[in-house]
Amino acid sequence: MSLVLARVDDRLIHGQVVVGWGKTLGIRYIVLVDDKVRASDWEQDLYRMGVPPDVDVVFASIAEALQHLAEWQADRRPGILLTADVETMGALAANGGPIRRVNVGGVHHRPGRSERLRYVYLTDDEATVLRGIAARGVEVTAQDVPTAPPVPVGEFT
Amino acid sequence: MSELRGVIVSHAAVAESLVAAVKAITGIADALVPVSNDGCDYDALERKLAAVLDRPAVLFIDLPGGSCLTGAIRYARGRPDIAVVTGVNLAMLLDFVFHRALAPAEAARRAADAGGRAIKVTAA
Repeated sequence: MSLVLARVDDRLIHGQVVVGWGKTLGIRYIVLVDDKVRASDWEQDLYRMGVPPDVDVVFASIAEALQHLAEWQADRRPGILLTADVETMGALAANGGPIRRVNVGGVHHRPGRSERLRYVYLTDDEATVLRGIAARGVEVTAQDVPTAPPVPVGEFT
Repeated sequence: MSELRGVIVSHAAVAESLVAAVKAITGIADALVPVSNDGCDYDALERKLAAVLDRPAVLFIDLPGGSCLTGAIRYARGRPDIAVVTGVNLAMLLDFVFHRALAPAEAARRAADAGGRAIKVTAA
């Protein structure tokens, strides 16, 4: 099974991920890739509180994730990889790498971003990063919950 | 000391509905404030909390994990004038609105106990 979902979501571990996607996909582990969270014990404890005890959580920096991606992909259990921003996902979804599909699940409003979908706000630079990921042959879609239809990257960037 | 504020932090309109239910049962309309995480990242949720927290408070969170709790803990961390309770239900709020003269941590513990006692499996 390995990594069945690579998701960009600025809330990282939360209800849509753990319940919406997690229950649907039967996930057994979550990889959270974020340099800031990796350096913060209390934030890691906080994110663990939202995860059922039978689901493992791995916290990784971008550099650590690049080292371990193939190993996570080889895991026989279904898992989810999360990043809080498109730049981090762009660093992980390299040419020919194990991430072949990217799900944009939640990027909220901030100054400089404009609404692309109800749950996706992007700067022009962020939209360019997503199109760049797609240009490497990675399927990029937006989809907040499993029951929603996926929106192709060309329709929201 | 001013009375505690209760802030319910939830997905969608759960918080708003709980505030309405407490008012319908007790007539107390000024003790609780609803905050929804709709459309919020953590920074936006913290701004919503800052806008309503003008006194010591108890934050009532819907789930014991997830974005509402994460945003609340980020805001309340290191602030002894704010206590956080998860698993909000109507019973704990009904206890809270009548015990707002307590310290935040004590009011939170009381409310959590009341909420827990309200969960039962009953005969049909």
